[in-house]
Amino acid sequence: MSQPSSTPAADAADAAASAAPPADQQAQAGYRTVGDYRAEKPVMRARNVDVFYGENHAIQSVSLDIGLNEVIALIGPSGCGKSTFLRCLNRMNDTIESARVTGDITLYDEDIYAKQMDVVMLRARVGMVFQKPNPFPKSVYDNVAYGPRIHGLARDRAELDKIVQTSLERAGLWSEVKDRLEEPGTGLSGGQQQRLCIARTIAVSPEVILMDEPCSALDPIATARIEDLIDELKRQYAIVIVTHSMQQAARVSQRTAYFHLGKLIEVGDTDEIFTNPRHKLTEDYITGRFG
Amino acid sequence: MASSTLLIALIGLTAFAYFLGRQRAIVGVVAAKKGTRPFHSLPGYYGGYVALWCVLPALALFAIWHAVEPVVLRAAVVDALPADMQQLSEGRLGLVFNDVRNLVEGGVQLGEPDPTIAAAAERYSEVRQTSRRLLAGTVLVLGVATLGWAVRRVRPDFRARNRVEKSIEYLFVAASTVAILTTIGIFVSVLFEALRFFQQVSPFEFLFGLNWSPQTAIREDQVGSSGAFGAIPLFTGTLLISGIAMAVAAPVGLMSAIYLSEYASRRVRAWVKPLLELLAGIPTVVYGYFAALTVGPFLRGLGDSLGFEVASESALGAGLVMGIMIIPFVSSLSDDVINAVPQALRDGSYGLGATQSETIRQVILPAALPGIVGALLLAVSRAIGETMIVVMAAGLAANLTANPFEAVTTVTVQIVTLLVGDQEFDSAKTLAAFALGLVLFLVTLALNVIALRVVRHYREQYD
Repeated sequence: MSQPSSTPAADAADAAASAAPPADQQAQAGYRTVGDYRAEKPVMRARNVDVFYGENHAIQSVSLDIGLNEVIALIGPSGCGKSTFLRCLNRMNDTIESARVTGDITLYDEDIYAKQMDVVMLRARVGMVFQKPNPFPKSVYDNVAYGPRIHGLARDRAELDKIVQTSLERAGLWSEVKDRLEEPGTGLSGGQQQRLCIARTIAVSPEVILMDEPCSALDPIATARIEDLIDELKRQYAIVIVTHSMQQAARVSQRTAYFHLGKLIEVGDTDEIFTNPRHKLTEDYITGRFG
Repeated sequence: MASSTLLIALIGLTAFAYFLGRQRAIVGVVAAKKGTRPFHSLPGYYGGYVALWCVLPALALFAIWHAVEPVVLRAAVVDALPADMQQLSEGRLGLVFNDVRNLVEGGVQLGEPDPTIAAAAERYSEVRQTSRRLLAGTVLVLGVATLGWAVRRVRPDFRARNRVEKSIEYLFVAASTVAILTTIGIFVSVLFEALRFFQQVSPFEFLFGLNWSPQTAIREDQVGSSGAFGAIPLFTGTLLISGIAMAVAAPVGLMSAIYLSEYASRRVRAWVKPLLELLAGIPTVVYGYFAALTVGPFLRGLGDSLGFEVASESALGAGLVMGIMIIPFVSSLSDDVINAVPQALRDGSYGLGATQSETIRQVILPAALPGIVGALLLAVSRAIGETMIVVMAAGLAANLTANPFEAVTTVTVQIVTLLVGDQEFDSAKTLAAFALGLVLFLVTLALNVIALRVVRHYREQYD
């Protein structure tokens, strides 16, 4: 993978190059995103992304950067396209027959929708945590070892043990499950299951972690633990989280993007968005007048 | 009055009862002033209540009457016979009674009827006519009486709805009881006939004997009536053919289920699934002659050209065709089970960068395994019980062999051949069919119970 150049001059040139086209494209869609959609240390860049489900235009000309060491929250009312956008980032939309994606999405300047891109490798690099905890009907150990095994990340059992332990430790689950690694993962509590799913995701050493409402099925205590974990994980990864809870967005994210009916209405620093929203729709949503 | 006329009259009376009850409630509702209590239930429930009370007691009487009538008739006829005939044994008396009945019903006659029989027949039809008249009278009177009683109960505070709901519940209980009692009845009759068989042939010889040759002598001096009832060759033949069938159906069915649920697009699925299930709709007799006339000779020809000795009624041919027949059982049930695996598990696996076949092998199949095992067990029990294909294609020779190219016979085939043609009902040969049926019944029952338990266990996991 090619690391992005980080000289100021290159950044400026890149900004100039990438800032212009979206405006034209968005003019066609009839709107313009408020705020700066670019990140300081971008890992993934989405430019003019449109998604269609059959006739349904689910995402309209969205441009957004995912930055290293930060959490970006995607918020908006149900059906606004935030989950759809999230699923574009690791091409999970490929599994839906009628879905069609246009525009450019790059991971470290590699076009992820290019023909030569291996979807399997992409999903190993861009991991995903789902709304409902979905451990496999296997043991705790095998759940975490699943990814490393299929990608051949460990040469022997000892190495695999090490990966499993590190992943569970990073997910804050090791102390709770270290004596029951052989028990089924489905036997854990909801919060533990979700942390198991996070451990499973980080076991393949991804670069980006996508989280689709990871706490919506959990109680407040389990939610707090996951949020702490997200804060911990951002030191190493770029994290995108879709959430319906604005408090959660405010607590865990550094940047926030507000989606509305398939359009990216406003994006900016979380503090800014929640204290001083610039777009009327954003303001209505976060003050609870809408959605 | 004939029974059918009586029943039609009863239906008419019931309809009348329904309208009477309903009308009474409607009139009551219309007449009710403000402040008075309205009727508890809708008028239709009162109609239903009255109708039920009108018809059920009358029907019960009708049924009981018809159960008792023959006994009374017989007593009356015997009474009318001359004293010397009354002294006859129970069996002979039965024959005489049959003669009497035949004469009345206009059945088969041999020559001129005996005058005593003719007299008894006269008596018989006389008593029967009285009985029928009496029945018609009582049934209708009872119907009207209960109708009147029920109509009088139609009052605002009478809870007709609850009563009618309750009787509907009983109706369903009765329906399910019929199914259960039938099963029990079949089992018990098979069991008792099998016990009679085991009085003649020891169970040990039957279950463990290696020689099957069920020819018993009808006459003392008959030749070739060894009568060996060792069923092991039948069991092994059944196992061999079922094994071949499962070896075809399990992989093909399972793989097509995986294709249908995981790979096929919605349009392909909409076409292929019904086509596959069409296989289950082909009558087994068609499979049978397909096996006997096409597959059997083809296999023999193929064997000849490859240097194998293949019988034209080989276990292989019957097993292959039976396997094709049960493919839809495996594929359809497995497809349902695989579809029931939550999408979240697939997403989770794809989200980790697993390929489709990795996801299927490592996540979906383990999750669906209990259900698939259940589907396979049901298919096995179907294969063991299958008759038509093996009758036509598997042959009759009870060879004890594991060679699929030789002819073998199965439990079902032997049951058919034992019961086809002339037979005595108390010979070991005929009774052997019941013993075989009992074994078959117990084995398939056990398989079904296990399969259903496994499937249910699986359902609990994800609902």
